[in-house]
Amino acid sequence: MRALLAMTALLLAGAAVAPARIPAQTETARVEIRDQGFDAPSVTVKLGTTVTWVNHDDDTHTVTSTVDAFRSPGLDPDETFSHTFTKPGTYEYYCTLHPLMTGKVVVTPERSGS
Amino acid sequence: MSDERGLDRRGFLQCMAWTGTGLVWSVAGGVPGSRALGPGHAQAEEAAGGWSFVQISDTHIGFKGAANPDAMGTFEAALARIKALDPRPAFVIHTGDITHAQKAGAFDTVGEALKGVGAERTFYVPGENDVFADGGTEYLSRFAVGGPGRGWQSFDYRGVHFVGLVNVLDFKAGKLGSLGHEQLEWLERDVAPLAASTPIVVFAHVPLWAVYPQWGWVTDDGAQALAYLRRFGSVTVLNGHIHQIMQKVEGNVTFHTARSTAFPQPAPGVGPGPGPIKVPVEELRGMLGVREVRYAPGRDRLAVVDRSLA
Repeated sequence: MRALLAMTALLLAGAAVAPARIPAQTETARVEIRDQGFDAPSVTVKLGTTVTWVNHDDDTHTVTSTVDAFRSPGLDPDETFSHTFTKPGTYEYYCTLHPLMTGKVVVTPERSGS
Repeated sequence: MSDERGLDRRGFLQCMAWTGTGLVWSVAGGVPGSRALGPGHAQAEEAAGGWSFVQISDTHIGFKGAANPDAMGTFEAALARIKALDPRPAFVIHTGDITHAQKAGAFDTVGEALKGVGAERTFYVPGENDVFADGGTEYLSRFAVGGPGRGWQSFDYRGVHFVGLVNVLDFKAGKLGSLGHEQLEWLERDVAPLAASTPIVVFAHVPLWAVYPQWGWVTDDGAQALAYLRRFGSVTVLNGHIHQIMQKVEGNVTFHTARSTAFPQPAPGVGPGPGPIKVPVEELRGMLGVREVRYAPGRDRLAVVDRSLA
Protein backbone atom coordinates (compact mmCIF):
# COMPACT_ATOMS: atom_id res chain seq x y z
CA MET A 1 0.00 0.00 0.00
CA ARG A 2 2.77 2.38 0.94
CA ALA A 3 4.55 1.46 -2.25
CA LEU A 4 1.39 2.19 -4.16
CA LEU A 5 1.02 5.55 -2.49
CA ALA A 6 4.64 6.30 -3.19
CA MET A 7 4.17 5.35 -6.81
CA THR A 8 1.07 7.54 -7.05
CA ALA A 9 2.98 10.42 -5.56
CA LEU A 10 5.71 9.84 -8.09
CA LEU A 11 3.27 9.87 -10.97
CA LEU A 12 1.53 13.01 -9.76
CA ALA A 13 4.75 14.82 -9.04
CA GLY A 14 6.72 13.62 -12.00
CA ALA A 15 4.19 13.66 -14.82
CA ALA A 16 6.33 15.85 -17.04
CA VAL A 17 9.61 14.42 -15.99
CA ALA A 18 12.06 12.30 -17.95
CA PRO A 19 12.50 8.78 -16.57
CA ALA A 20 16.26 9.03 -16.06
CA ARG A 21 18.15 11.09 -13.53
CA ILE A 22 16.69 14.51 -12.85
CA PRO A 23 19.16 17.36 -12.69
CA ALA A 24 19.48 19.17 -9.40
CA GLN A 25 17.19 22.12 -8.64
CA THR A 26 13.95 20.58 -9.90
CA GLU A 27 10.63 19.93 -8.21
CA THR A 28 11.06 16.22 -8.15
CA ALA A 29 14.21 14.20 -7.89
CA ARG A 30 14.86 10.53 -8.16
CA VAL A 31 17.56 8.39 -6.59
CA GLU A 32 18.12 4.93 -7.98
CA ILE A 33 19.14 2.14 -5.64
CA ARG A 34 21.29 -0.46 -7.33
CA ASP A 35 24.29 -2.66 -6.58
CA GLN A 36 23.92 -2.02 -2.86
CA GLY A 37 24.25 1.71 -3.22
CA PHE A 38 22.43 5.00 -3.87
CA ASP A 39 23.42 6.04 -7.39
CA ALA A 40 23.26 9.73 -6.50
CA PRO A 41 24.83 9.84 -3.04
CA SER A 42 24.16 13.59 -2.86
CA VAL A 43 21.26 15.49 -4.45
CA THR A 44 20.50 19.19 -4.07
CA VAL A 45 16.86 20.23 -4.32
CA LYS A 46 14.65 23.27 -3.68
CA LEU A 47 12.38 23.54 -0.69
CA GLY A 48 9.16 21.59 -1.27
CA THR A 49 10.73 19.08 -3.63
CA THR A 50 9.62 15.46 -3.52
CA VAL A 51 12.46 12.99 -3.74
CA THR A 52 11.69 9.44 -4.82
CA TRP A 53 13.95 6.47 -4.28
CA VAL A 54 13.53 3.42 -6.52
CA ASN A 55 14.96 0.04 -5.54
CA HIS A 56 16.38 -1.82 -8.53
CA ASP A 57 18.25 -4.38 -6.43
CA ASP A 58 17.15 -7.95 -5.81
CA ASP A 59 17.53 -7.27 -2.09
CA THR A 60 15.43 -5.21 0.32
CA HIS A 61 16.67 -1.73 1.29
CA THR A 62 15.52 1.18 3.38
CA VAL A 63 15.87 4.95 3.11
CA THR A 64 16.26 6.11 6.68
CA SER A 65 17.16 9.57 7.92
CA THR A 66 19.95 9.64 10.49
CA VAL A 67 17.89 12.13 12.54
CA ASP A 68 14.49 10.50 12.02
CA ALA A 69 13.27 13.11 9.51
CA PHE A 70 11.95 10.29 7.31
CA ARG A 71 11.99 6.53 7.37
CA SER A 72 10.91 4.18 4.61
CA PRO A 73 9.65 0.69 5.20
CA GLY A 74 11.71 -2.13 3.73
CA LEU A 75 11.66 -1.58 -0.04
CA ASP A 76 11.49 -4.83 -1.97
CA PRO A 77 12.67 -5.03 -5.59
CA ASP A 78 11.02 -2.31 -7.75
CA GLU A 79 9.32 -0.63 -4.81
CA THR A 80 9.68 3.11 -4.27
CA PHE A 81 9.63 5.57 -1.41
CA SER A 82 9.00 9.31 -1.62
CA HIS A 83 9.50 12.15 0.80
CA THR A 84 8.72 15.84 0.37
CA PHE A 85 11.24 18.16 1.98
CA THR A 86 9.57 21.12 3.67
CA LYS A 87 12.51 22.54 5.62
CA PRO A 88 15.90 23.63 4.29
CA GLY A 89 18.93 21.74 5.45
CA THR A 90 21.15 18.76 4.82
CA TYR A 91 19.49 15.40 5.38
CA GLU A 92 21.78 12.41 5.68
CA TYR A 93 20.27 8.99 5.27
CA TYR A 94 21.27 5.33 5.05
CA CYS A 95 19.91 1.82 4.61
CA THR A 96 19.29 0.23 8.01
CA LEU A 97 19.88 -3.20 6.50
CA HIS A 98 23.15 -2.19 4.83
CA PRO A 99 24.53 0.73 6.84
CA LEU A 100 27.47 1.26 4.51
CA MET A 101 24.88 2.49 1.98
CA THR A 102 24.64 6.23 2.70
CA GLY A 103 23.43 9.34 0.93
CA LYS A 104 22.27 12.89 1.54
CA VAL A 105 19.71 15.37 0.31
CA VAL A 106 20.60 19.06 0.45
CA VAL A 107 17.47 21.25 0.54
CA THR A 108 18.04 24.90 -0.39
CA PRO A 109 15.85 27.72 0.99
CA GLU A 110 14.54 28.66 -2.46
CA ARG A 111 11.02 27.34 -2.86
CA SER A 112 10.26 24.69 -5.47
CA GLY A 113 8.41 26.11 -8.48
CA SER A 114 9.65 29.62 -7.87
CA MET B 1 43.01 -18.05 39.54
CA SER B 2 42.69 -21.42 37.96
CA ASP B 3 41.66 -20.06 34.60
CA GLU B 4 44.80 -17.95 34.31
CA ARG B 5 47.34 -20.61 35.24
CA GLY B 6 47.51 -21.97 31.71
CA LEU B 7 46.61 -25.42 30.54
CA ASP B 8 47.56 -28.61 32.29
CA ARG B 9 48.95 -31.42 30.18
CA ARG B 10 45.62 -33.17 29.75
CA GLY B 11 43.89 -29.94 28.82
CA PHE B 12 46.68 -29.14 26.44
CA LEU B 13 46.41 -32.50 24.71
CA GLN B 14 42.65 -32.10 24.46
CA CYS B 15 43.06 -28.72 22.88
CA MET B 16 45.70 -29.96 20.49
CA ALA B 17 43.41 -32.72 19.33
CA TRP B 18 40.55 -30.29 18.91
CA THR B 19 42.32 -27.55 17.05
CA GLY B 20 44.49 -30.06 15.24
CA THR B 21 41.37 -31.32 13.56
CA GLY B 22 40.57 -27.78 12.49
CA LEU B 23 44.01 -27.37 11.02
CA VAL B 24 43.65 -30.54 9.06
CA TRP B 25 40.44 -29.24 7.57
CA SER B 26 41.93 -25.92 6.64
CA VAL B 27 44.97 -27.42 4.96
CA ALA B 28 43.55 -30.55 3.43
CA GLY B 29 39.90 -29.66 3.08
CA GLY B 30 40.01 -27.89 -0.23
CA VAL B 31 36.43 -26.87 0.31
CA PRO B 32 36.73 -25.10 3.66
CA GLY B 33 34.90 -26.67 6.52
CA SER B 34 33.53 -29.53 4.51
CA ARG B 35 34.34 -33.02 5.57
CA ALA B 36 32.59 -36.13 4.45
CA LEU B 37 32.08 -38.54 7.30
CA GLY B 38 30.15 -41.70 6.68
CA PRO B 39 27.00 -42.45 8.65
CA GLY B 40 28.62 -45.43 10.32
CA HIS B 41 31.28 -43.11 11.65
CA ALA B 42 28.71 -40.81 13.26
CA GLN B 43 26.83 -43.68 14.84
CA ALA B 44 30.04 -45.06 16.30
CA GLU B 45 30.71 -41.63 17.74
CA GLU B 46 27.26 -41.49 19.28
CA ALA B 47 27.73 -44.91 20.83
CA ALA B 48 30.89 -43.53 22.45
CA GLY B 49 28.98 -40.57 23.94
CA GLY B 50 29.19 -38.23 20.99
CA TRP B 51 26.47 -35.79 20.07
CA SER B 52 25.75 -33.20 17.47
CA PHE B 53 23.89 -30.01 16.79
CA VAL B 54 22.77 -28.23 13.66
CA GLN B 55 23.50 -24.70 12.45
CA ILE B 56 20.94 -23.23 10.09
CA SER B 57 21.30 -19.66 8.88
CA ASP B 58 19.85 -16.91 6.75
CA THR B 59 16.52 -18.55 6.04
CA HIS B 60 15.18 -15.16 4.84
CA ILE B 61 11.56 -16.27 4.92
CA GLY B 62 9.61 -13.75 2.86
CA PHE B 63 12.37 -13.18 0.29
CA LYS B 64 10.80 -12.50 -3.09
CA GLY B 65 13.79 -11.70 -5.26
CA ALA B 66 14.79 -13.29 -8.52
CA ALA B 67 17.72 -15.08 -6.88
CA ASN B 68 15.25 -17.56 -5.40
CA PRO B 69 11.52 -17.21 -6.04
CA ASP B 70 10.89 -20.16 -3.70
CA ALA B 71 12.83 -19.43 -0.51
CA MET B 72 10.13 -21.31 1.41
CA GLY B 73 10.70 -24.39 -0.72
CA THR B 74 14.44 -24.39 -0.15
CA PHE B 75 13.87 -23.83 3.58
CA GLU B 76 11.67 -26.92 3.59
CA ALA B 77 14.42 -28.82 1.79
CA ALA B 78 16.79 -27.77 4.57
CA LEU B 79 14.32 -29.03 7.18
CA ALA B 80 14.23 -32.36 5.39
CA ARG B 81 18.03 -32.52 5.54
CA ILE B 82 17.90 -31.93 9.30
CA LYS B 83 15.16 -34.48 9.84
CA ALA B 84 17.19 -37.09 7.98
CA LEU B 85 20.25 -36.73 10.22
CA ASP B 86 21.24 -39.87 12.04
CA PRO B 87 22.12 -39.63 14.88
CA ARG B 88 19.58 -36.96 15.73
CA PRO B 89 20.98 -33.52 16.58
CA ALA B 90 20.59 -32.42 20.19
CA PHE B 91 19.50 -28.93 19.23
CA VAL B 92 19.52 -26.38 16.44
CA ILE B 93 21.26 -23.01 16.33
CA HIS B 94 19.84 -20.40 13.96
CA THR B 95 22.43 -17.72 13.23
CA GLY B 96 20.02 -15.06 12.10
CA ASP B 97 18.21 -13.47 9.22
CA ILE B 98 15.39 -15.75 10.21
CA THR B 99 13.06 -13.46 8.27
CA HIS B 100 13.62 -11.44 5.15
CA ALA B 101 13.10 -7.86 6.28
CA GLN B 102 10.70 -8.86 9.08
CA LYS B 103 8.00 -10.02 6.69
CA ALA B 104 4.71 -10.65 8.47
CA GLY B 105 4.38 -14.17 9.83
CA ALA B 106 7.95 -15.18 9.04
CA PHE B 107 9.09 -15.58 12.66
CA ASP B 108 6.15 -17.90 13.28
CA THR B 109 6.80 -19.88 10.12
CA VAL B 110 10.41 -20.57 11.02
CA GLY B 111 9.77 -21.14 14.72
CA GLU B 112 7.03 -23.68 14.11
CA ALA B 113 8.92 -25.44 11.35
CA LEU B 114 12.05 -25.88 13.45
CA LYS B 115 9.99 -27.34 16.29
CA GLY B 116 9.19 -30.15 13.87
CA VAL B 117 12.72 -31.30 13.08
CA GLY B 118 13.05 -33.55 16.10
CA ALA B 119 15.63 -31.57 18.07
CA GLU B 120 15.03 -30.53 21.67
CA ARG B 121 14.99 -26.83 20.94
CA THR B 122 16.35 -24.05 18.74
CA PHE B 123 18.60 -21.26 19.92
CA TYR B 124 18.45 -18.02 17.96
CA VAL B 125 20.53 -14.91 17.41
CA PRO B 126 19.14 -12.15 15.20
CA GLY B 127 20.35 -10.92 11.84
CA GLU B 128 19.81 -7.36 10.69
CA ASN B 129 16.77 -8.48 8.69
CA ASP B 130 15.13 -9.52 11.97
CA VAL B 131 15.52 -6.19 13.74
CA PHE B 132 15.87 -3.39 11.18
CA ALA B 133 12.25 -2.22 11.16
CA ASP B 134 11.56 -1.97 14.88
CA GLY B 135 14.98 -1.93 16.51
CA GLY B 136 14.50 -5.53 17.60
CA THR B 137 11.29 -5.11 19.60
CA GLU B 138 9.52 -8.10 18.07
CA TYR B 139 12.58 -10.33 17.97
CA LEU B 140 13.51 -9.61 21.57
CA SER B 141 9.95 -10.16 22.82
CA ARG B 142 9.98 -13.57 21.16
CA PHE B 143 13.48 -14.81 21.77
CA ALA B 144 15.16 -12.85 24.55
CA VAL B 145 12.67 -12.82 27.40
CA GLY B 146 14.46 -13.61 30.64
CA GLY B 147 17.89 -13.50 29.02
CA PRO B 148 20.88 -11.60 30.36
CA GLY B 149 20.66 -8.77 27.84
CA ARG B 150 19.34 -7.82 24.43
CA GLY B 151 19.34 -11.27 22.92
CA TRP B 152 22.79 -12.46 23.93
CA GLN B 153 22.94 -15.71 25.85
CA SER B 154 25.07 -18.60 26.97
CA PHE B 155 24.44 -22.19 27.96
CA ASP B 156 26.36 -25.35 28.66
CA TYR B 157 25.76 -28.63 26.95
CA ARG B 158 27.66 -31.72 28.01
CA GLY B 159 30.85 -29.91 28.85
CA VAL B 160 30.82 -27.45 25.97
CA HIS B 161 30.09 -23.77 26.66
CA PHE B 162 27.95 -22.04 24.01
CA VAL B 163 27.76 -18.27 23.66
CA GLY B 164 25.27 -16.50 21.38
CA LEU B 165 26.23 -12.92 20.54
CA VAL B 166 24.19 -10.16 18.92
CA ASN B 167 25.98 -7.81 16.52
CA VAL B 168 23.11 -6.31 14.51
CA LEU B 169 21.27 -4.08 17.00
CA ASP B 170 23.45 -1.04 16.56
CA PHE B 171 23.64 -0.47 12.82
CA LYS B 172 24.40 3.20 12.20
CA ALA B 173 24.99 5.10 8.97
CA GLY B 174 28.40 4.33 7.55
CA LYS B 175 29.27 2.03 10.46
CA LEU B 176 29.74 -1.70 10.85
CA GLY B 177 27.90 -4.17 13.02
CA SER B 178 29.06 -4.18 16.61
CA LEU B 179 28.58 -5.89 19.96
CA GLY B 180 28.78 -2.85 22.23
CA HIS B 181 30.24 -2.34 25.69
CA GLU B 182 27.38 -3.86 27.64
CA GLN B 183 27.54 -7.14 25.75
CA LEU B 184 31.34 -7.27 25.81
CA GLU B 185 31.35 -6.78 29.58
CA TRP B 186 28.76 -9.52 29.92
CA LEU B 187 30.91 -11.84 27.76
CA GLU B 188 33.99 -11.18 29.85
CA ARG B 189 32.07 -12.04 33.02
CA ASP B 190 30.37 -15.03 31.40
CA VAL B 191 33.56 -16.84 30.46
CA ALA B 192 35.69 -15.72 33.41
CA PRO B 193 34.92 -18.72 35.66
CA LEU B 194 35.54 -21.32 32.95
CA ALA B 195 38.64 -23.49 32.83
CA ALA B 196 40.78 -22.85 29.79
CA SER B 197 40.22 -26.43 28.69
CA THR B 198 36.47 -25.85 28.29
CA PRO B 199 35.55 -26.07 24.62
CA ILE B 200 33.80 -22.86 23.55
CA VAL B 201 31.35 -22.44 20.69
CA VAL B 202 30.42 -18.85 19.81
CA PHE B 203 27.59 -18.10 17.40
CA ALA B 204 26.56 -14.76 15.95
CA HIS B 205 25.08 -13.49 12.70
CA VAL B 206 27.70 -11.16 11.20
CA PRO B 207 31.20 -12.68 11.08
CA LEU B 208 33.28 -11.82 14.13
CA TRP B 209 36.41 -11.81 11.98
CA ALA B 210 37.22 -9.47 9.12
CA VAL B 211 35.93 -11.41 6.12
CA TYR B 212 35.52 -8.30 3.97
CA PRO B 213 35.05 -5.00 5.82
CA GLN B 214 34.38 -3.08 2.59
CA TRP B 215 31.07 -4.93 2.39
CA GLY B 216 30.39 -4.79 6.10
CA TRP B 217 31.38 -8.43 6.55
CA VAL B 218 33.03 -7.83 9.91
CA THR B 219 32.08 -6.95 13.48
CA ASP B 220 33.57 -3.63 14.52
CA ASP B 221 34.52 -4.75 18.04
CA GLY B 222 34.76 -8.47 17.32
CA ALA B 223 38.46 -8.47 18.18
CA GLN B 224 37.62 -7.46 21.75
CA ALA B 225 35.27 -10.43 22.10
CA LEU B 226 37.91 -12.74 20.73
CA ALA B 227 40.45 -11.34 23.19
CA TYR B 228 38.31 -12.69 26.04
CA LEU B 229 38.36 -16.11 24.40
CA ARG B 230 42.02 -16.31 23.50
CA ARG B 231 43.03 -18.22 26.63
CA PHE B 232 40.77 -21.14 25.76
CA GLY B 233 42.24 -24.15 24.08
CA SER B 234 39.37 -24.59 21.66
CA VAL B 235 37.09 -21.90 20.32
CA THR B 236 34.74 -22.52 17.39
CA VAL B 237 33.01 -19.47 15.93
CA LEU B 238 29.90 -20.01 13.80
CA ASN B 239 28.54 -17.11 11.75
CA GLY B 240 26.09 -16.50 8.92
CA HIS B 241 25.33 -13.29 7.01
CA ILE B 242 27.56 -13.87 3.98
CA HIS B 243 25.65 -16.88 2.60
CA GLN B 244 28.70 -18.97 1.80
CA ILE B 245 31.14 -21.26 3.53
CA MET B 246 34.41 -19.72 4.59
CA GLN B 247 36.85 -20.89 7.21
CA LYS B 248 39.81 -19.44 8.98
CA VAL B 249 42.03 -20.77 11.74
CA GLU B 250 43.73 -18.29 14.04
CA GLY B 251 45.57 -19.86 16.95
CA ASN B 252 43.03 -21.88 18.91
CA VAL B 253 40.08 -20.19 17.22
CA THR B 254 38.38 -21.71 14.19
CA PHE B 255 35.93 -19.50 12.28
CA HIS B 256 33.20 -20.85 10.05
CA THR B 257 30.58 -19.02 8.05
CA ALA B 258 27.53 -20.91 6.85
CA ARG B 259 25.44 -21.15 3.74
CA SER B 260 21.96 -19.67 3.59
CA THR B 261 18.89 -21.72 2.83
CA ALA B 262 17.50 -18.88 0.67
CA PHE B 263 20.01 -17.41 -1.80
CA PRO B 264 23.76 -17.22 -2.42
CA GLN B 265 25.90 -14.09 -2.23
CA PRO B 266 29.07 -13.34 -4.20
CA ALA B 267 32.55 -14.20 -3.00
CA PRO B 268 34.13 -11.26 -1.17
CA GLY B 269 34.94 -8.42 -3.54
CA VAL B 270 33.53 -10.14 -6.61
CA GLY B 271 31.10 -7.83 -8.41
CA PRO B 272 29.77 -4.43 -7.41
CA GLY B 273 28.62 -5.38 -3.94
CA PRO B 274 27.06 -7.98 -1.66
CA GLY B 275 23.49 -9.08 -2.13
CA PRO B 276 21.58 -11.94 -3.72
CA ILE B 277 23.10 -13.41 -6.85
CA LYS B 278 21.08 -15.21 -9.45
CA VAL B 279 22.62 -18.46 -10.59
CA PRO B 280 21.30 -21.03 -13.07
CA VAL B 281 18.36 -22.79 -11.44
CA GLU B 282 20.11 -26.15 -11.52
CA GLU B 283 23.01 -24.69 -9.50
CA LEU B 284 20.99 -22.92 -6.82
CA ARG B 285 20.46 -25.75 -4.34
CA GLY B 286 24.12 -26.66 -4.48
CA MET B 287 24.90 -23.21 -3.07
CA LEU B 288 22.41 -23.47 -0.20
CA GLY B 289 22.63 -25.74 2.80
CA VAL B 290 22.69 -26.56 6.48
CA ARG B 291 25.52 -27.58 8.80
CA GLU B 292 25.91 -30.39 11.26
CA VAL B 293 28.49 -30.01 14.03
CA ARG B 294 29.56 -33.18 15.81
CA TYR B 295 31.32 -33.52 19.11
CA ALA B 296 32.99 -36.75 20.18
CA PRO B 297 34.29 -36.58 23.76
CA GLY B 298 36.49 -39.64 23.33
CA ARG B 299 38.56 -37.93 20.69
CA ASP B 300 37.91 -34.37 21.79
CA ARG B 301 37.07 -33.23 18.33
CA LEU B 302 34.52 -31.05 16.71
CA ALA B 303 33.63 -31.95 13.14
CA VAL B 304 31.86 -29.44 10.93
CA VAL B 305 29.89 -31.14 8.17
CA ASP B 306 28.25 -28.92 5.59
CA ARG B 307 25.40 -30.36 3.58
CA SER B 308 24.11 -28.65 0.48
CA LEU B 309 20.48 -28.86 -0.60
CA ALA B 310 21.41 -30.30 -4.00
